[in-house]
Amino acid sequence: MSLLDAGAAAVAKAVRAGDVTAVEVIEEALARLDATEGDLHCFQTVLGDKARREAARVDEAVGEGRDPGPLAGVPIALKDNLCTHGIETTCSSRILEGWRPPYDATVVERLRGAGAVAVGKTNLDEFAMGSSTENSAFGPTHNPWDLSRVPGGSSGGSAAAVAAGVVPLAFGSDTGGSIRQPASLCGVVGIKPTYGVVSRYGLIAFASSLDQIGPFAPTVADAALALEVIGGGDPRDSTCLARPAPRLIEVLGRGVEGLRVGVLEDFVDDVSASCRRAANDAADALAAAGAKVDAVSVPEARLGLPAYYVIAPAEASSNLARYDGVRYGLRVEGPDVEAMNARTRAAGFGREVRRRIMIGTYALSAGYYDAYYGQAQRVRTLVTRAFDAAYERFDVLLSPTTPSEAFELGAKTANPIEMYLSDLCTVSSNLTGQPAISVPYALGDEGLPVGVQVMAPALGEALMVQVAAVLEQAAPAEARGPVPVGGRARGEAADGA
Amino acid sequence: MPEGYETVVGLEVHCELATATKLFCGCPNVFGAEPNTNICPVCLGLPGSLPVLNRRAVELAMRIGTALGCEIRPSVFHRKNYFYPDMPKDYQISQYDEPVNVNGRLELPDGSVVGIERAHIEEDTGKTTHVGATGRIHGASHSLVDYNRAGVPLVETVSAPDIRSAEQARAYVIELRGVLVATGASDGRMEEGSLRVDANISVRPTGSDILGTRCEVKNLNSLRSLVRAIEYEARRQVELLEAGGAVTQETRHWDEDAGVTHPLRSKEEAYDYRYFQEPDLVPLVPDAALLEAATAGEALLPSDRRRRIAEVFAAHGAEASAEQVLTVIELDLDQLVLDAVEVGADARLALARAANEAAARPDDARRLDPRAFADLVKMEHDGKLSATQSKTVLGALLEEGGDPADIAARLGYEALDTAELEAAVDRVIAESPDEWTRYVGGDAKVTGYFVGKVMQATKGRADGKVVSSVLAARRDEAAGR
Amino acid sequence: MAGIGIDEVRHVARLARLELSDEELHGLVGELTALLEHVDAIRQLDTSGVPATAHAIPLSNVLRDDVVGPCLERDEVLAAAPAAEEGRIVVPAILREEP
Ligand SMILES: [Mg+2]
Ligand SMILES: [Zn+2]
Repeated sequence: MSLLDAGAAAVAKAVRAGDVTAVEVIEEALARLDATEGDLHCFQTVLGDKARREAARVDEAVGEGRDPGPLAGVPIALKDNLCTHGIETTCSSRILEGWRPPYDATVVERLRGAGAVAVGKTNLDEFAMGSSTENSAFGPTHNPWDLSRVPGGSSGGSAAAVAAGVVPLAFGSDTGGSIRQPASLCGVVGIKPTYGVVSRYGLIAFASSLDQIGPFAPTVADAALALEVIGGGDPRDSTCLARPAPRLIEVLGRGVEGLRVGVLEDFVDDVSASCRRAANDAADALAAAGAKVDAVSVPEARLGLPAYYVIAPAEASSNLARYDGVRYGLRVEGPDVEAMNARTRAAGFGREVRRRIMIGTYALSAGYYDAYYGQAQRVRTLVTRAFDAAYERFDVLLSPTTPSEAFELGAKTANPIEMYLSDLCTVSSNLTGQPAISVPYALGDEGLPVGVQVMAPALGEALMVQVAAVLEQAAPAEARGPVPVGGRARGEAADGA
Repeated sequence: MPEGYETVVGLEVHCELATATKLFCGCPNVFGAEPNTNICPVCLGLPGSLPVLNRRAVELAMRIGTALGCEIRPSVFHRKNYFYPDMPKDYQISQYDEPVNVNGRLELPDGSVVGIERAHIEEDTGKTTHVGATGRIHGASHSLVDYNRAGVPLVETVSAPDIRSAEQARAYVIELRGVLVATGASDGRMEEGSLRVDANISVRPTGSDILGTRCEVKNLNSLRSLVRAIEYEARRQVELLEAGGAVTQETRHWDEDAGVTHPLRSKEEAYDYRYFQEPDLVPLVPDAALLEAATAGEALLPSDRRRRIAEVFAAHGAEASAEQVLTVIELDLDQLVLDAVEVGADARLALARAANEAAARPDDARRLDPRAFADLVKMEHDGKLSATQSKTVLGALLEEGGDPADIAARLGYEALDTAELEAAVDRVIAESPDEWTRYVGGDAKVTGYFVGKVMQATKGRADGKVVSSVLAARRDEAAGR
Repeated sequence: MAGIGIDEVRHVARLARLELSDEELHGLVGELTALLEHVDAIRQLDTSGVPATAHAIPLSNVLRDDVVGPCLERDEVLAAAPAAEEGRIVVPAILREEP
């Protein structure tokens, strides 16, 4: 087994000990990237020589006895909506094609500081708007389990890169499920932290009040380690909580004895049999491990989706106003500045982005604000209150992550609302700001991975991770990535043994 | 203002705060830098950048609120969405329905009171230069944008529609500027754009208490434009109404060269700002530390300074010229007057010399030693110097400092004794029989002729007022009274 | 029942500065109407007395000190711009004054 498949913590440990050089690890990741990219299209930009140079610096630190950081030599992939200094950052949009930010996102700085080495920028639904990564202006990403299927979205490139074993860690952003849903569809772990635990500085905004950055990893432990590295206060983001990153590694292995787990029963009729079964099996596993498991209904969770589809486009319509052809990115000339703006934006944004800008502009416009945006913000309060009430009775809540296994490319592109339903189980956490994790739990009826979601109250990351680690132990190895491109034969275990 | 109508004005005054950095980023807040050199990802609105609020800007805004007697409240920021190339994010971060300061008042020197509806924090835009034949927006081939000013902190003070004339509007802006400077919030330089005024103007029949339809007039870059624009706009509206028409509510642009206002856009182009709470910023709550900073006044407000002068003058049994008081406060010379009075200078005379002669050279005057100034005023008051001589000595004093007595001696100014003066007057009367006949006949206009002649004869050593009184005495003698 | 007509779609496209084809504008009438119908579920709710949530995790008074920090290099900024001249960014003629 290759060291890369042993995960991020194992790579860092070996690099720190000098058992392997960071350069060797990065070369292997780049080789895997090269071998899979033609089938998968995970990457928007590949950082070959830059990655090699950074890896050499990590090796230098090791050689000189300096601390190379907790992620020393770990190859990572960054969603292409995270700003990287001097490296093209496109949001998978024509409007930003060729744009090189003059600065790094806070998470990028922290990851580099921890010794991680970015090998590339990953594909996404344009401006993170979508659930399949088909809305990328530069072509879709394919699911490594089945190349005819989507990897989910919007962080599909990052999820697929981890699922294909190119990198043991990748980063994405989650506005309505954009980390958890692709994690579930790709058989990897994905975390959406509490709003404010990770700095958004340098994350190109989709919906500012909902966006959070989080990790993808093959294991809960690696995802937890990554969150420890990227989390914690940042004076450059006013909404980032001025507190240290959550301590998560120390809770792994504590078990769930006595924890109160609520199984959310509100999505039962909306999800496929395999997704329902996975959640029920997971509940049984937790009960078997000593948790007090009970069904719970939070009917307001079903209001999350319509509220989300007002709030997110409304904020996006404002956040995306700056792409006007004046200061950076695409410009389509016109006789006057207004025509130039309107032509640039019509040509530079893809259809889904245009649609969301339209609905968001409408929802904020005079005469409609109160009926739509104002109402959605009040419903947001109702959803939060309902979850807070549930957390008085339960330490964590358990639900399916997605309504279905990975769907065929093109299956939902004609019907936006059907695509939006992909976020049904995940959006509420973004509205409430509460953390959630998706853990691979089963192979579904279509032979594709199915995740389950553990949700926790605000700043409940430790408890959430503690439960997820138990689920991970109970889940069959065959349900997890990494997988060879095209998937593995049934019964073949994750480590190929 | 035409008979039978009253002008109603409310003013929105945008004041750039005198902070070291911009409102949401660490770029320097300075005027006149090379274009696009004071910009960073935040104030350039680059993708991924986020705003962080400047504490000093908040303190200054609260200080303005305190000085205007406002209630300082918990507040939030909103986004005001509209496209304009000098606005990097294509929305302005501003306070909307929950501003930091509400319900204040400003008392003007004439005793009138203008209500303050709100004074809120917002960010400035960049600056656009229009390239083409005229240098103006119309007919320009293209425009150039400099973002140095983008993100500079502003406080927008919105008055109630309590102003009733162009002159009162002028007095309001001067008074508000005094407050802004006194609080340390602003340098008050209108010519550098530190202070920018929009006027909401309407007219109504005198005696009516219903507000007419208003127009908002923009681009008032000086007190002169403010006065002219209000007068023009009020006249335009009255003419419309008199002709049986109606005023349309709209935004109009003041054209300083043409002396007219014209509409900015037609009605169907009306903006829809789609305000919503700024998700990248958190609410502002006036806590103990902020409130303490908000009340830590740095200087006396103009009204306090007026009161102080009035008290000192009253104690000396003197009456101060209101206009001279405004001038010395405006130029920061009131302390000089008070210090001079304190060491024995005549109050009225000290105020007059400060407001007229010293005011011509305010920078030098602010450096003047109050004791030397007091000595000069005393010399004039005691008749040791004529008014003309006193002004000359003051000029020298402003230029080089020193002791006014020495300067007077150097210039050869010794007081004229009465006999010498009377002899000079009599000589002049004898030399000008025709003028003297007219003077005795009651033609006051020739007074100046005689005073001038006497001044000439005495080489300026005579005091004009004393000359006048000697002339009057001679006339009375001639008339046999 | 929520709905949106073609005139409103045109108005919103103008507000959003999107120069869309007639075909797309007409398509949006149906798409936006479908979306608004989906969202109707929340419009019907009685939320009187419920405060709005603008921030999921409430914070207040996040302030920075008034201390000068680094600026960008002008050349770098102008190089990223579609057009620049005399140290400034060039835009086509502006037809109206700032609102
Ligand atoms: Mg304003
Ligand atoms: Zn800046």
